[in-house]
Amino acid sequence: MRTARVVLPVLLLALALPAVAASSVPPPYGIVDANAPRDTPLRELGFQLYAGNCSTCHGPNGSGFPEAKPGLGSGGILGKAPSLHGVGELSADFYLRTGRMPLGHVGEQPNRGHVFFSDREIRALVTYVGSLGKGPPIPHPHPQRGKIAEGLQLFTQHCAGCHQIAAGGGYLPGAVAPALGQATPTEIAEAVRIGPYVMPRFGPQAISDKELDSIIAYVDYTNHPKDSGGWSLGHVGPIPEGLVTWLLAAAVLVGMCLALGSRLKS
Amino acid sequence: MKRWLTAGLMLLLGRRKRTLPAPEDERIVPPGGADLRAENAVILLLLAAAVCAAGFIAAYALGSIPNRTQFLGLALGLSFAFLAVACLVVARRLVVTEELEEEYSPVEHLEEQAAIQEIVTESGSRFTRKRLVKVAAGTAGGALGAALIAPAVSLGPILDTSAFYTTPWRRGRRLVDQGGNPFSAEEIFEKLFYTAFPEGAEREDLGAPIVVVRMEPAQLRLPSERSGWAPEGILAFSKICTHAGCAISLYRAPLFPPAGPKAALVCPCHYSTFDPATGGDVIFGPAGRPLPQLPLTVDENGHLRAAGNFSGPVGPSWWGVRRKDARS
Amino acid sequence: MIGRTVRFLDQRSGTAPLIRKTLRYLFPDHWSFLLGEVALYAFVILVGTGIYLTFFFEPSTAKTVYHGVYGPLHGVEMTRAYRSAIDMSFKVKAGLLMRQTHHWAADVFVAAIVLHMLRIFFTGAFRKPRDLTYYIGLTMLLLALLEGYVGYSMIDDLLSGMGLAIGYSVALSFPFIGAELAQLIWGAPFPGDPQFWSRMYIGHVLLFPLAIAALLGLHLFLVAARHHTQFRRKRESEWKVVGVPTFPGQTPRSLGLFFSVASVLFLLGGLVQINPVWLWGPYDVSNGTNGAQPDWYLGWLIGALRLVPDFDVTIGSYTLIPNPFWGGALFPLAVFAILYLWPSLERRFTGDQAFHNLLDRPRDAPVRTALGAALFTWVFVVFLAGASDRVFILLGISYDWQIWIYRVLVFVAPAVAFLATKRVCEELKAGELVERRRKQAEAPA
Repeated sequence: MRTARVVLPVLLLALALPAVAASSVPPPYGIVDANAPRDTPLRELGFQLYAGNCSTCHGPNGSGFPEAKPGLGSGGILGKAPSLHGVGELSADFYLRTGRMPLGHVGEQPNRGHVFFSDREIRALVTYVGSLGKGPPIPHPHPQRGKIAEGLQLFTQHCAGCHQIAAGGGYLPGAVAPALGQATPTEIAEAVRIGPYVMPRFGPQAISDKELDSIIAYVDYTNHPKDSGGWSLGHVGPIPEGLVTWLLAAAVLVGMCLALGSRLKS
Repeated sequence: MKRWLTAGLMLLLGRRKRTLPAPEDERIVPPGGADLRAENAVILLLLAAAVCAAGFIAAYALGSIPNRTQFLGLALGLSFAFLAVACLVVARRLVVTEELEEEYSPVEHLEEQAAIQEIVTESGSRFTRKRLVKVAAGTAGGALGAALIAPAVSLGPILDTSAFYTTPWRRGRRLVDQGGNPFSAEEIFEKLFYTAFPEGAEREDLGAPIVVVRMEPAQLRLPSERSGWAPEGILAFSKICTHAGCAISLYRAPLFPPAGPKAALVCPCHYSTFDPATGGDVIFGPAGRPLPQLPLTVDENGHLRAAGNFSGPVGPSWWGVRRKDARS
Repeated sequence: MIGRTVRFLDQRSGTAPLIRKTLRYLFPDHWSFLLGEVALYAFVILVGTGIYLTFFFEPSTAKTVYHGVYGPLHGVEMTRAYRSAIDMSFKVKAGLLMRQTHHWAADVFVAAIVLHMLRIFFTGAFRKPRDLTYYIGLTMLLLALLEGYVGYSMIDDLLSGMGLAIGYSVALSFPFIGAELAQLIWGAPFPGDPQFWSRMYIGHVLLFPLAIAALLGLHLFLVAARHHTQFRRKRESEWKVVGVPTFPGQTPRSLGLFFSVASVLFLLGGLVQINPVWLWGPYDVSNGTNGAQPDWYLGWLIGALRLVPDFDVTIGSYTLIPNPFWGGALFPLAVFAILYLWPSLERRFTGDQAFHNLLDRPRDAPVRTALGAALFTWVFVVFLAGASDRVFILLGISYDWQIWIYRVLVFVAPAVAFLATKRVCEELKAGELVERRRKQAEAPA
């Protein structure tokens, strides 16, 4: 049935518009919904969705395109994306649930964005991608078992250089390390194991599952840390403090000088 | 009862000495009209300040209250604020704002200047060889000054800068992690960075921390003299940026190299970016010198060891840095 | 009661004439003359809160493991210095208030000095005989910058530790003497001898404050001895000062200003968090965080360090001038040199050697105002460049683009500021001239 495997995506593409999605704006050609009956098994649904939305870049059957070239039936759209063999449900779940995929342009950083697929569609795609070779399943971290103090030390060593010590996000040439306020424990665990875009990939030998629990506990803590000092100004340090100095304190004190002293009336 | 109270009050209040106010044209500070509203405002503000200050003491004394710092700051800050407003009202409404004039003090006092000069010169009239005495005094002062400053030299080894060239690394020293566990080559994975320290040596030294990454040996383009420095493609570099000494704690590790920036070690301070594949060349940012590379070797147990000295001095540059290659 | 007190004082010290003179000493009245006082009062708050902090801070680099009230640092190894800052923040009841007020006061202190300096500059108050007063003020600004830097670096948290490494690299970058200079200050190559902490501590709590206080005393004495400058209004002239006497007129104003400064600083100290060192964690040579920034008054230096392109000046294989020298040392030296030399340069170029008690309005000296605006713009552009990474994260403007734009602006913006400011001053003056002529023409004959 190899022919069917090739013909089916062509048929679907012929029926629907090719989909090249941007990360946070609707893909220029829209998302392809599979015209599949409700009881279609997940993997089959996933295959159809994949064909319509992902194969232009990730190739038929997830084989990937190391160089930009048009895939079969993609109507001249240049695809370039890694192979999905062996990436597992873990990767698919991460990219799809955070709206990082479908990607707008090849080479763009996959950023968190609007999720265009429904929950069922995501599960379908995840099942399909997970079936392409043997890969890691969706992780189930237990941050409540982790220790925040251990997480602080691990986060400082492995993560703070990019994500900033209080997970406020950071810059590096060619990329952005996002702030982690919106990331769920599962998403954090997934990202750590994948190493998306230019993030290092921390496998279980580098960061064990228990250590990962602690890191997630720490990241969760940074979303509502102990702010004994009052208004936290975003936990990013001296820049907002300088703004308060000038725009608040200096403004009020100059105002007081104006109230106490006189003016030049020329 | 009422009579005793009245009598007591009269006794207390009536003790004020009655001084007759000076006639108007003899006053130093001119008179001004009363402003009862302003006065009442000032009294209220002062009392409010007192209440807030008491609030501060209360907030301080209470056992455990949430957000104590906020209450303390609010109480003390408001107390001062009420005082400030009270002063403002007094300044604008309750004291006479006089605009007086007087002479600026003279620009200079020529007579006194001359007199001072005269006193000094006349006092020296018993010296016959003034210049010689001055030179001698200057010499004494200079020498004594130098002597008094000399102990400052002990603040640091001022002439001996050899410490800048040494690091805790030696040939054969094992790489260990934060916890002291040795790194084995097979647990160094690609697309990941590790921080390593010299086993059994000083860690709190700019020369101590190194960053270890693994790349495909085919991707490496090391200088020819470093061809054996990266066994299995495992590279080690000083973790200290050659620009301004921050720890290089970013590793840009592309998941899909055909679409994205190349692998690089990045410093978070001013974003100096170093290319591990070429042996630490600067590819972005203000660093003026490549990142020093440490040669590695894998011992018989599979553990990583240093195979020699760094390719250059570690840490931010100083005038004593000799560069083997001209520019990065 | 007043009589009794005054008599006591005069009999014991003989100062009744001095007190009388002081009470009626005249202060020319303009709101901008109060800016220096804001700085003075911020300094008073700094010393007051600072003394409290010295009762709790431990300037020691000895290692300890934390087992205190703040959970996320449990079991973390840190220096006793860092630990004492954490304990001060969480265990001492007013500790965090005092720490934060102290830090806000430092930020506001430097801001007030800068505003005051701008006023002095743009009104020509630095002219003879007050050039010495001006030099003393500049020196206090320099000391304040160093004092603040040392102050927040003593805590040994991750952010300030990174800042110390950068300061070290700037010291190291001085041609020929860099290594010796750095070793002299730090006692050894970075992170330095443990005694470096003792040096920072005694510098911050004794040497710098004494120096600032002594200079401040001299500064105020000179201001009083020569009298304050004034704008020309109706009765003012170079020989006659018009103003409000210390008592009763000026006292409630100054007092009110002091209470305002105290109020703002304590309100900020209690309500707005600053430098939450427990979040940053302790410093280690092998650690770093993204988004590390110095306090605002050193932002011009981080901007300069980022803007200078990547080169060490070398001759063959010898390193002559490492990269951080340009941004970290030469740039601030140049700015301060211009500021120090300004009074003498202005005298030379305008030929004006006279003594001045009257102030210029900025528009009355278009070239000075324009040059001052250009210098300020130059420093401000570099200062903005220091925040490029956070601007990128906030607004999405590419960091690369920003750096290149700033590199161009650094040359273009001061020139534009000069031309624009000069034009505005001249237009304002011309406008006044026209107004005056119109009034004269319309006056009844």
